[in-house]
Parts: sequence; C-alpha cells; structure tokens
Amino acid sequence: MFSFNSLNRFAKVANRYYSSQNNITVTLIPGDGIGPEIADSVKKIFSAAKAPISWETVNVDAKTGVSTEIIDSIRKNKVGLKGPLGTPIGTGHQSLNLALRKAFNLYANVRPCLSIPGFKTRYDDVNTVVIRENTEGEYSGIENMPVKGVAQSIKIITKEASARVANYAFQYAMANGRKKVTCVHKANIMKQSDGLFVTTCREVSTRYPSIKYEEMVVDNNCMQLVLNPGKLDVMVLPNLYGDIVSDLCAGLIGGLGLTPSGNIGENGTAIFEAVHGTAPDIAGQGKANPTALLLSGIMMLRHLGLNSHADKIEKAVLTTISEGKSITKDLGGNSGTAEYTDAVIAKLQ
Amino acid sequence: MLNRISNSVQRIASAQSGSVRTYLGYTSGVEKRKVTCIPGDGIGPEITSSVMGVFQAAKVPIEWEIFDISGGKSISQELIASISRNKVALKGPLYTEVLKGDQSRNMEIRKALDLYAHVIPCKQFKGITTRHQNVPVDLVVIRENTQGEYSGLEQTLVPGVVQSLKIITKEASTRIARYAFEYAKNNGRKKVTAIHKANIQKMTDGLFLETCKQVALEYPEIAFDHMIIDNCCMQLVMKPEQFDVMVTPNLYGNLVTNVGAALIGGPGLAPGANIGERAAIFEMGAHHVAADIAGMDKVNPTGLLLASSMMLKHLNLDEYADKVEKAVKTVISSGKYLTSDMGGNASTKEFTRAIIEEIEKNQQ
Repeated sequence: MFSFNSLNRFAKVANRYYSSQNNITVTLIPGDGIGPEIADSVKKIFSAAKAPISWETVNVDAKTGVSTEIIDSIRKNKVGLKGPLGTPIGTGHQSLNLALRKAFNLYANVRPCLSIPGFKTRYDDVNTVVIRENTEGEYSGIENMPVKGVAQSIKIITKEASARVANYAFQYAMANGRKKVTCVHKANIMKQSDGLFVTTCREVSTRYPSIKYEEMVVDNNCMQLVLNPGKLDVMVLPNLYGDIVSDLCAGLIGGLGLTPSGNIGENGTAIFEAVHGTAPDIAGQGKANPTALLLSGIMMLRHLGLNSHADKIEKAVLTTISEGKSITKDLGGNSGTAEYTDAVIAKLQ
Repeated sequence: MLNRISNSVQRIASAQSGSVRTYLGYTSGVEKRKVTCIPGDGIGPEITSSVMGVFQAAKVPIEWEIFDISGGKSISQELIASISRNKVALKGPLYTEVLKGDQSRNMEIRKALDLYAHVIPCKQFKGITTRHQNVPVDLVVIRENTQGEYSGLEQTLVPGVVQSLKIITKEASTRIARYAFEYAKNNGRKKVTAIHKANIQKMTDGLFLETCKQVALEYPEIAFDHMIIDNCCMQLVMKPEQFDVMVTPNLYGNLVTNVGAALIGGPGLAPGANIGERAAIFEMGAHHVAADIAGMDKVNPTGLLLASSMMLKHLNLDEYADKVEKAVKTVISSGKYLTSDMGGNASTKEFTRAIIEEIEKNQQ
C-alpha cells in the first residue's frame, strides 16, 4: 500500500538468498516489559496471514544486555524484529543497540509516519519518511572537558557516510513510489560540517533525476512539519536532526505507539523495531498496543519481498484502527491486546 | 550579576508587573528615546515599516537610527556603536547564506554585544485558527544564544571528514538558567523545563543539565523538570499545554522556537528578544527572511509588532507598549483585516492600517 515500505533492492537479494526455502527464518527479540506480549500478537497475526516466516526467538541477557546468541542469529538470518528494550542505568541494554549497530553497520534509521485514516489526531495529512544517518554526526561520542567548566563535543560528518545514507534515501524513494527527497541541514550556521552533508546529498541527487530534490534548514523543517506536513515526503538528515524530526513526526500522528522503524545495514542486514518504551506499568496485563511492532514487521515483510502479505496485514491493521471498535486504551479504546489481535486476524479473511 | 539579570528580566516582563522602573537614565516621562533599527533582508523592511507607522500613530517617543545592511552588507563599527550607545534596537531578519559566505550576521551582532538570552514567548491568539487551539498554548523559550553548536569552530581534518565543535560552559549555562528562573519568577510563571540530550552528549549537555539543576535549587518556588529534545518536540505537538518556561542550549532552542511559533500559527506571529547585560535587540521570534513573499505586501508583521511592544516595556514606556499590543490583538481577534497566513486576505499595509485606526480610535 502506501507507507511502511522498505527497500526492494535488498529484498531482491533476500529473495535469492531464501529462494530454496519455504519459510524465511528471521530473528525475533521480544524484549522487555510489554515486549513479549506484543511479539506474541505479531506472531499470531503473521501466522493467520500465512506469512512464510519462521521465528528464531532469542532473549536478551538481563544482566549484560548483550548476547552473542542474538548477534550470531542475526548474522545468520540477516533480518531481525525487535521489541522494546529497557535501558537500566549504566550500560545495560543500551549496549545491545550499540553492539547491533556496530556488528551490522546499521547506518540508516528509517522512520515512516502516516496519518491513519479514520484515527483522529490534529493531523490527517502526514505521510513522511525520515531517513536518519545513524553512525556519526553529533552522536560521535567524542567529548571532553579541556578545562573545568568548559566541555566540548565533536560532531563528525564524512563524505562517505553522507553519500551512503543519501543513496539509501533516493533508492528508498524509488522503490516506494515516493516523489521527493528533502535534505535537512543547518548549513547556514555549520557551513563546513552540515555543508559537506548538503553538497554530498546534492551530488547524489543528480543520479536520481526522477526524484525531486530539495533542501531545507532544520528549524524551518520543524516549523513546516507542524504547519503543513503534507508538503514533506522523504527526508534525509544527519544523526541529531533525524532523531528529533522523527519524534516530531511521530507526535503528529499520535505518538510512538503507531510508528514503525527499520535499521538498515550494509550487505542487506536489517533490524526492524518498535521504538516506544517497555511500559513496565502495564506489562503482563494484556493491555499493550502491538501496532508499532506490527507495522515494523510489515516493513520487514516488504524488505523480504513479501509485499502481498505485507499489504494484506497492513490493510487489516489500518482498518481495525480506523473502525475504532477494538483498539487499545492508548488509542482511546478499551480493548486488550488479545481482542485487538483477534480483530486484526478477523480482517485478514 | 543576579541583580543585573533580575533588572533586565523585569524590564521585559509582561504588563501586569507594574512597578516603577528606571532604565538607562530614562524615566517614564516623554523624553525621546533613541533606538537603533536594522530593517534587514527579505520581509524585514516591510515589517519594520509597519512598526514605524504604528509607533507614529501611537505617538511613541522614539527616534530611530536606521542602518540598512541588507543584501549581505557587513556590520559596521557605527552600527555596533549605535546599539551600544542606545542600548536598544529593533531588527528584521538578516539572511545567512547556506554553505558559503560569512558567519551569520545575526550571530555576529549577538556575539559582539554578548546578547546571551534569546526570549521567545509563544502564546495563542484569539481569532487565529490553529490545529492546537483546543488546548492553551502559552510557553516561553529561553535559548542560550552565544555558544553550543553555533561556536563556529569547524575544520576539515582530511578531505571528506569535517568536525564541528559544540562548546558548553558552566558560566554560560549558569547565566541562562538564572535568567530563565528570574524570568519565571518575575512573570508569574510556575515551571522551568530544561531541554537537553544529556543521555548521548553526557559531558556537554550533561554540564548544561547539571547546571540548570543547581540553579533550580535557588528557586524553590518555581517547579523544575527536564526533557530530552527529541521527546520534547514530540510532546510539543501532542501536549503543548504542559510547557511553561523552557530553557535550552543554542540549537535546540532554535528548533523548539520554530515548533512553538508553528503551534500558534506560523513564523509571522511570535515575538523575540535578545537580551544581554549591556543591550537588548528585539526581533521576530522565528526570524525567516521569507524571500518568496518579500516586497509583495503580504507578510504578517505581528511578531515584530509584539516584539516592539516588549521593547517599549524594556524602555519603561509601558503605556505605549500596552497601546500597541492591545490594538494588534483587537485587530486580530476581530478577524476583518488578517494577512493570508492568519486566514484572511488583507495586505501588510491594510493590516497595519487597521491597527493604526484602532490606536487612533482609542486615543480620541
């Protein structure tokens, strides 16, 4: 359908890779808190839709947060679906995200946001995709305090990483029938670093003449998203701006409970995840909303070239939400996870 | 320092704080004040001319010293000297080239005069339809204006690898945090929220956040909390009513300001002030040059008009400040002469004319 697509170029690779098998094995990391419940919902719905997926479930080590089992599983399967992870003080699970990003060079974070027809928010005209550079920029982690009371943080922008994410953005736009890519920057102030990002995007854009290309300063981008989000399509951004703008877009359509996410690495590796929290206050009570993980799973299906299954499940999910009869509390309804899951399954028929 | 901050805060405080103040030797009498004016680029000349027309009608005792630095002209010694002498300026937006060209002239002026606090109130208007009108939006962004991501320290390490330094100091963070709390205290505000990304930038934003926490202890009567910038932007579009005063490092303040201005209806509506200990410059809260409509008599001058009202309070001319602000708000709420961004089809001149008529009517 329209939105939660991923990159078909990689899908083709994946198809070849799996063509001799009936089912595609993917790594499933249910995660913490409400993670197991929403992962369960995804499994039920995928199974009812007869999606040819075999899940290889691996759990996060509660103590270290990192598990070689997870890394090995994803290395083998190349594709993973991940629920929310708690972030205990200190290293904890955050190091798993970092470990995954490093192990598979997950350089692009993809965050589609779509106003769900019939689900009322202040905006009914959002259909954006944020493509965020995920390896450098303001999140380089290089900081120090040369003298007491003076701290510096080094932002790194490279031509290589900028070209890689820009190429991905244009290929995504091509593969998903998108019309325009907007490069978002602050090159009027950071003329050299953001300047390199902009000139690289500009260069890359010339290789994709069928996709419209434009540039926008990040503060204006934030303003335009709040005023007229319908003007924006695919956006490509350095790390920090991508982080901020993707959450802003999520806010427009009703929050993180409705937004999927994909992390794209080199050689076709991709990990799809729900970016919301673990909601420990309702964990284990059958109240959680599995939509974000479901939509992430749908992105994953498209990544694997299973478009018809993706379309079918997506339609069922969106119809269930827009009808509003069996939606969870966070969306303004009073159904539990199981009732919502059953309603989606009923729509698959 | 605290005393000076307190004074500068009081001078831009809202109309309800009616204490008698003296500023720069002026009393509340009718002695003419000299004010530097930089019309700027793009829509700048149109909005400053709107303010001048309104001031004339309101018989505001101001004498302008006008400096045209449009089209990339550099900032002269005379200009800085004029602002230093007058201590107060009204300014339109100055365009900064992307990629090439000199450092932002907006930044250059702020740095030259050490205007460390950018104050941007974003409050809903009666009469303007927005997506967020079902909840009250009344927030004030206090943005650190001198350092952070705007340090201007950049270099190419090897071809294709560029670094940019973000600098956060305890001194500047203390100063802006204190300004925010003083502002809250003097304006009957209840809460200050510090915006940061200290979960990633642990040392720089960590220093900013820790400093805000320390300063907060000096103001037990003002509630304090903090929020990560990405969540903050999501919260702003979902539940803007939860925000009161927000204190931010430079870049985040720029983004939050633009979201805030959009929440109340767009770039033309929010006023802004750049405050230092020696001078203050008043301008639009979200200063975009809007080249696409420049010179077409379409721009909405409300943001600069309200900034000029803030300026008049700063100059101890409260009576005039109230006159201007009231007339602007009356014209907007009556809905007859709105510019296109507010949902009407009046020109800048027609909107300004309506404000002038409103002032003249009240003066009779």
